[in-house]
This record gives sequence, C-alpha cells and structure tokens, in this order.
Amino acid sequence: MTGKTISEKLLSEKSGRDVRAGDYVEAAVDVMMTHDVTGPLTFEVFEDVTGDDPELVDPDNTVITIDHHAPADGVEAANNHNIVREFADTYGAQQYEVGDGICHQVLVEEGFVSPGDLVIGADSHSTTFGGVGGFGTGVGSTDLGTTLATGELWFRVPETLRFEVEGDLPDGVYAKDLILKFIGDVGFDGCTYKTAEYGGSAVEALPIHERLVLSNMAIEMGGKAGIVAPDERTADFLEAQTGERPAIPAYTQPDDDADYEAVHTYQAESLSPQVSTPSNPENAVPVDEVVGTDIDQLFVGTCTNGRYEDIRIVADVIEGERLAPDTRMVVVPASRSVYKQMMDTGVMETFVDAGAIVQSAGCGSCFGTHQGVLGDGDVCLATANRNFPGREGSMKSEVYLASPATVGASALYGEITDPREVELNRYDDYVLEGVGA
Amino acid sequence: MTDADAGRDIDTTEPGRAWTFGDDIDTDQIIPSRFLVSSDPAELGEHAFNDLRPEFAPNVADGDFVVGGHNFGSGSSREHAPISLLGAGIDGIVAQSFARIFFRNGINLGLPVLICPDADRIDDGDAISLRLDEGAVVNHTADERYDADPLPEFLQSLVDRGGLEPYTRAKLGTE
Ligand code: SF4
Repeated sequence: MTGKTISEKLLSEKSGRDVRAGDYVEAAVDVMMTHDVTGPLTFEVFEDVTGDDPELVDPDNTVITIDHHAPADGVEAANNHNIVREFADTYGAQQYEVGDGICHQVLVEEGFVSPGDLVIGADSHSTTFGGVGGFGTGVGSTDLGTTLATGELWFRVPETLRFEVEGDLPDGVYAKDLILKFIGDVGFDGCTYKTAEYGGSAVEALPIHERLVLSNMAIEMGGKAGIVAPDERTADFLEAQTGERPAIPAYTQPDDDADYEAVHTYQAESLSPQVSTPSNPENAVPVDEVVGTDIDQLFVGTCTNGRYEDIRIVADVIEGERLAPDTRMVVVPASRSVYKQMMDTGVMETFVDAGAIVQSAGCGSCFGTHQGVLGDGDVCLATANRNFPGREGSMKSEVYLASPATVGASALYGEITDPREVELNRYDDYVLEGVGA
Repeated sequence: MTDADAGRDIDTTEPGRAWTFGDDIDTDQIIPSRFLVSSDPAELGEHAFNDLRPEFAPNVADGDFVVGGHNFGSGSSREHAPISLLGAGIDGIVAQSFARIFFRNGINLGLPVLICPDADRIDDGDAISLRLDEGAVVNHTADERYDADPLPEFLQSLVDRGGLEPYTRAKLGTE
C-alpha cells in the first residue's frame, strides 16, 4: 500500500474516515467565506434550509467581505453591500468593509486560516489558502449556504499532481513565473478535479507571499486545491500576523511514497520569466518571445500579486522615473494593511511621482466592472490571474499576465520588457523590515 | 423520482427529447449574464440557451434531456446555469465530461448529471432515457444503449432526495 497525499490525509482527518482519492466524504469545514457578489444567493440558501430558527453554525469562522464592487460602482452593487451588512449583523458573521481588502488576502492576514484547515469560499480563487497549508477550495452558493448551517460538506477526495522545483530560482524569476509555466505545461484543464501539491527545495525556500501565488492560480489549471506543505516558515508568518504560533498537524505533510497521479519536476536554474498571452492563462511563453509588445495600461494588484512585496518590487523598479509616455498604471493594493505599508515606506509617493494611479484596496478592474476597465483595442499587462476575452473590460481589449517585476520593467519602456534588463531588488532585501516572512 | 427545486417530479426513466450541444458549452452560453438578475427557475428557464439556440426555450418540454460534449458547464461558478435548465423542464444532462463546479451544482440542485463517453452518438431529437442506478443511457430512437459512469452511492442519494437543500433540511430537522 502506497502512502498518502496531503489531500487524502487532510480529508481523512476532517471526515473521520480513512479515505483515498476517488472516495466521497462528508467533512467538517473549518472556515467559510463569501463576498458581495456571491453572498446574496448564499444567504437565500442559508435562510431556505434553516427554517424558523436560522443560526450560523460557526459565526466566528464565517467571513464575508465587500471587495468585488468596492467602493460601490452602481446602485445594485450598493444594495448588495447592504444585504451583506444586514446578514452579518443579524447572524453575527465576521464582516469586512469596503476598503478592507480582497477576501483571500483578508482571511490570510487576519489569521482565519491555520495549517490543516479545510476552507471553502464561494469564489474560485479560494485555492489561495493552500499557501499557508490549508485545503482551500471554491464552491457554489448551495454548497456554501448549507454549510453555513451545518458545518459540513460533501467532497470527492481528489487525485494529486505534484510539482517539484529543485535548486535556486534565477534573478527575475518569481512564483508567478513558476505557476504560469506549470499552467502552460499541463493546460487550462490539466488539473481539473485534482489537487496541485507544490514542493522541492525552491518552493520550500519561497516566502509565504510567494507560496500564496502558487496556490491562488491552481484554479487556472482547473485545480480543486493548490497546497504547499506548511513548515516553520508558515508558522513564523502566521505568528507575525496574529501573535499566536499555530501548530503544524502531521496530516498536512505528504508521505514520501504518496501515490501521485503525476509528478512534474523542474530545475529552478533553467526557468525564465514567463508571460501569458491573450486570452488564456495557459498561453505561457518565455518573456523574450513577447518583448517589445506595446502596452497601454499596467495593472498591479489582485489576490494573486497585490501584496506589499509585489507592489514594492514594482516601486523599486520605477523609483525616481516616470512611466513611459502613452502608458498608464493602476495600482490596487490587496488590503488596507498593504495600503498602509505603502504609505509608511514611501512606496505610495513613488507611484504618485511616477504618474501612476493608486486605488483603495479591493479587486479593482480584475473582473472588468470598474476602477480602470479597458476600452476597445487597449492592451494591458497585469499581475492578475485571468486574461479571458473581456475579463478586464472590452471584448476587444487584450490582457497579458506577468510577474510584478516584468510589469515594473515594462512600465519604464511602455512595452513588454525582460525584467532581467533592469535592476531588481529581491524581496529578501526588505523582508527584514518586518513586512514579510 | 425526485422532487427538485423547480417543484416538479423528475423521472429519468421516462423517454424524453434529446437536445444536443457540442464541446465546451460554458455557463454564459447556457444563461447569458444579462438574465442573472433573477434566481427564479421558471424565469431563468425562459432564457436558457437564449443566444446559442433561441428555439430551445419555447420548444423544450418537461422531461426532455440536454446532451453535451466535453467540458459541459465550464466558466464561472454561477449556479443560475443548472437552475435555468431545471426551470426549463430538463430532467437530466448527459455529457462526455463536465466542468467541476457545474457538476457539483447539478448534484446539489438534484439535477441528474451523467458522464457518458458515447454521448456523441445521440442525435438531436432522439428519444432517450437514463438509468442512473445502472449507469446507462438508452437511445429509444436508435435502439441503442450506452454505458455511463453510475453516480457514486452518496451522490445518488443526494439526487434522490432532490439535492443538497432537502438533504440539509432533513439533517437539521427543518423540513
Ligand atoms: S482580485 Fe480578481 S480574481 Fe481575486 S477575488 Fe477579486 S475578482 Fe476574483
């Protein structure tokens, strides 16, 4: 009998049964999340199933953010925000306001997710929580609405694809480049119904904000979850966020002889910065193939790369310079605390001086409704996760996806630029400021 | 026999008309975004496949089936898509493969979803029926029978009860 993957161990633990990939379980859910877009339908389901005496099974771990249409971009959005506020008020859920940040970032910063937690969110990027060693997955409103009442949900135990990266990442190559490469290799649906487990010495060396990038974009290859086995670095990070050091349960570590559906192995030194061309994340190519592509707008933000460390990389590249003529840059911090760090460290000033626009924390133009949407023919280079047709506005606009370093370098020239052409600070240079671990 | 959200009995063993579609039918094609202002099954049903196949909604009858190719229901996690098909009167969906969240949503709503590698042998307009427990699709027009993946016991029990809402109500004693 071979060993078990993280998913098999974690779902065995949460269901109280000894299960393997392919089994169906009902498992105890630790944290539940929804937001201003998926919230209202979720609340309807919750109220439908709870009858006369509606009660949240775990209000302390029921989190609702207002981040997608924040601040409200229309009356309908504003009304939805009020529905969220009223629900949270009535049932005692943990509610975060306009400007507090993107759901996935808020849950991590506020310490809702601990290693080994089973987390569901009515948002497809709920895979993000695997960056701190949780099993995070996106679900529908019926799933979430019923779980708010019962605390458990059915799951099929997924098979696992393992991605191993050994060695040291070269200059200019970040977690974003790794995940774009993985997605390009297995394809847009290459991990459907499955978990992506990330490991190897290069992944172990990644700080948490970079591991979150790998987990966040697991969904772009169809993944049900994307997990990095939690370690001391994870515990350090969460202790710094919350003041409490979490335990690392044994069931979060895969067996050496775990039964993976496939193992993809990479040598870090051979990797280069990647760019996904329009209009699918799986169109990943080495940056040199698209160098020189004209860019109208640069977008720095989202639950993928809107953390302080990401924004700081861009700021370091453009510091003291102006954006290239005929380009605009929109920066949207992932949370209020990121916004605050930008103010405290002078990063805000760098952007304003360079001619960029800095918005309040939230999803921004990521899904194309406000705060910098694209018009016909516009070409955008974004630190985001999706570049489907029309994702950031017009069906006739185009979005390229890349790392913050590539976006920063490209801002100087107004065209896609190899980040290795400019002087880059690695995040190691400033984690000592206490903003990352 | 199940009592689905749409408030009508579903019996997949009764033959119904097959409405066939190709690969990669995404949730936008099933129910375009502009109709998402409602979550009422009947109202959504009136707009199912509105742009892709305008003759679908006016002509579909209770007890008909939708047949898809690969990756049926891809795209956003909007639950309005399977709700609209239930509302239109569809008793089940057969496809060569489904996108993950659509499959989940179908089960949760009590809408039978069956994976059948031979779904492409079904022609539009054929009379078909589904044997969920055995895992089979019967094509009455062509007089053929195709193997399908039977639903795992747990999922079958969810569908039998009409989906996750009735299942949860039973659990909570709020029926
Ligand atoms: S930032 Fe974009 S991808 Fe992330 S939760 Fe918001 S809309 Fe979704």
